[in-house]
Amino acid sequence: MAKTVAERSSEDDIQRQELTALYRLMVLIRRFEETVYQKFHEAKIGGYLHRYDGQEALVAGIIPQLQLPGDYILCTYRDHAHALACGTSPGAVMAELMGRATGCAGGKGGSMHLIDPENGFLGGDGIVGGPVPVSLGVGYAIKYRGTKNVCVCYFGDGAMNQGGVHEAFNMVGLYKLPVLYILENNQFAMGTSVSRSTAQPDFVKKAEAHGIRGERVDGMDLLVVREAASRALKHIRESGEPYFLELNCYRYVGHGIGDDNTKGWQTYRTEDEVSEWKLRDPIAKLRDTMEARGYLTPEQADKIDEEVREEVHAAIVFAESSPEPALDSLYDHVYS
Amino acid sequence: MATMRYLQAIRLAITEEMERDPNVFLCGEDVGQYQGTYRVTEGLLQKFGPMRVVDTPISEIGIAGLATGSAMAGLRPVAEFMTWSFALEAMDQLVNHAAKITYMSGGRIHCPVVFRGPAGVGTQLSAQHSQSMESWYAHTPGFKVVMPFTPADAHGLLKQAIRDDSPVIFMEHAGLYGTHGEVPDDPDHVVEFGKAVVRRKGKDCTLVGYSRGVLMCLRAAETLAAEGIDCEVIDLRTIVPLDMDTVAESVCKTHRAVIAQEEWRNVSVGSEIAARIYEMAFDQMDAPVERVAGADVPMPYAKNLERAAIPTDSDVVAAVKRTLA
Repeated sequence: MAKTVAERSSEDDIQRQELTALYRLMVLIRRFEETVYQKFHEAKIGGYLHRYDGQEALVAGIIPQLQLPGDYILCTYRDHAHALACGTSPGAVMAELMGRATGCAGGKGGSMHLIDPENGFLGGDGIVGGPVPVSLGVGYAIKYRGTKNVCVCYFGDGAMNQGGVHEAFNMVGLYKLPVLYILENNQFAMGTSVSRSTAQPDFVKKAEAHGIRGERVDGMDLLVVREAASRALKHIRESGEPYFLELNCYRYVGHGIGDDNTKGWQTYRTEDEVSEWKLRDPIAKLRDTMEARGYLTPEQADKIDEEVREEVHAAIVFAESSPEPALDSLYDHVYS
Repeated sequence: MATMRYLQAIRLAITEEMERDPNVFLCGEDVGQYQGTYRVTEGLLQKFGPMRVVDTPISEIGIAGLATGSAMAGLRPVAEFMTWSFALEAMDQLVNHAAKITYMSGGRIHCPVVFRGPAGVGTQLSAQHSQSMESWYAHTPGFKVVMPFTPADAHGLLKQAIRDDSPVIFMEHAGLYGTHGEVPDDPDHVVEFGKAVVRRKGKDCTLVGYSRGVLMCLRAAETLAAEGIDCEVIDLRTIVPLDMDTVAESVCKTHRAVIAQEEWRNVSVGSEIAARIYEMAFDQMDAPVERVAGADVPMPYAKNLERAAIPTDSDVVAAVKRTLA
């Protein structure tokens, strides 16, 4: 039956609102990452720092679809975007990066160990492949309780060569647990490309070898990611079975702060390659789509950009004005 | 009180805690259909069903992840390693995940998991299956490390471990599984962590042991008593937390100490206790602290070599005599 003009207009409104929120989230992630880089070089942030620039669609296309709390998210040390998407306040994330008491882990975790259990975010994991065995347990807990929730577990292409990942895949496939695996295939495990690190680069086959259905998806296009994740989540909630999505994407900057954007990556990839991937930038692509559909004007985009800059600035002010953790908290939380 | 074997006391503790708390479940290799490699978990699958008694593949990383992740999400898993030697496969999930998540999260995530299984040396199992590695875990902040000697303690300490909100390393001794003892007839019988117990009163020398090391100490004390040497025997029960107050109090009375353990001597539990005795009671000591421990070699197979590598009560007797010389 044909839809009325009013129905179409209402659907348009919902689409506009949803996509505007996702666009805004991606811009927030990009600005946040650019800013923390500056703050690192001002020595306000220590440790390692792994940025998500270029991979924003993997988070914005999936996490806002989750039921939080209820569903769970696990991810790698490249975790700022995931925390922001889960609803952790940028101030609490920035404060954690700056090692402040108001950080989301009270300053005890840092960049690699952001966490927000009240929003379902069980944390960034500093060990390549580490969250995958944990996801087996989280998935088991969901099945044990008999709810329709899902554990979403992010990990990188490098993790596919870790033994524990395959132990966990096998058991998740065997027990049929409600886990959505998101392979963030950004083409490089630090400086080692997929082709130099794995004899079987068809990662979907590897998931299928463990009894987990999977598919390969363009991770540079938010709408494609969102659609694939929506299908996968529906399948998991209905069947209780795991699903695997390989999302192809690209990180624009080096692996971490030690792999500096200005020179480090030139040893394993070319500037031309980076430039080619940037032509597919997920933020620019969504903006073009939204402008073409009449969902976003250049003025509105500028306004979003301005709001996001203010939000990130406020996060910095909050973090910088927050106290360091009390020294007598050193021994707190070793045990529960 | 009921008399039962050490392994039955463990089974009883698991059974009672699973009956008490629906969030408690058991997982491990051959714990269900096979009824447990050492029959510790016999009958539990039939009683509680496959959702709560989970047979796993031979995948220790997977077992540790299953336990750690489900604990982070609010369950109370009891994960069995067929032996603690096989837990080495899972070291990253244990040390970098289970032991650290609470601290790394600033206390926002709890990990109430028990990792249990047989440890200990002997019976010609040779290098990869015959070893005791408690100091590896005791060294790692975040773990509590429990090593019961009696059936009653195996029962009460395991129940406490399951109720504890922190990750617990629960090391049973395969060589004690068949030993008998009385176990309180009380479903709420728990033994508090960090409370050592004096198994024998004495005034001449303090013998400190845990797990089967206590047996070494008690036998040595018997032998020495016949010679008029009166030893006090302390069973630590838990390595972390470590009840040094009980040890120090005893040492201040006897002025001598011998520590007996099956694990390797180098950088071990005994090293730590000796150091702490010196820190707490240096001026009370009439002789250097003696350590009786496993030889610092991978366990040999040949019977005579194995015997030479494993400490015995006669080693404890000799050590006590050195402190009195």
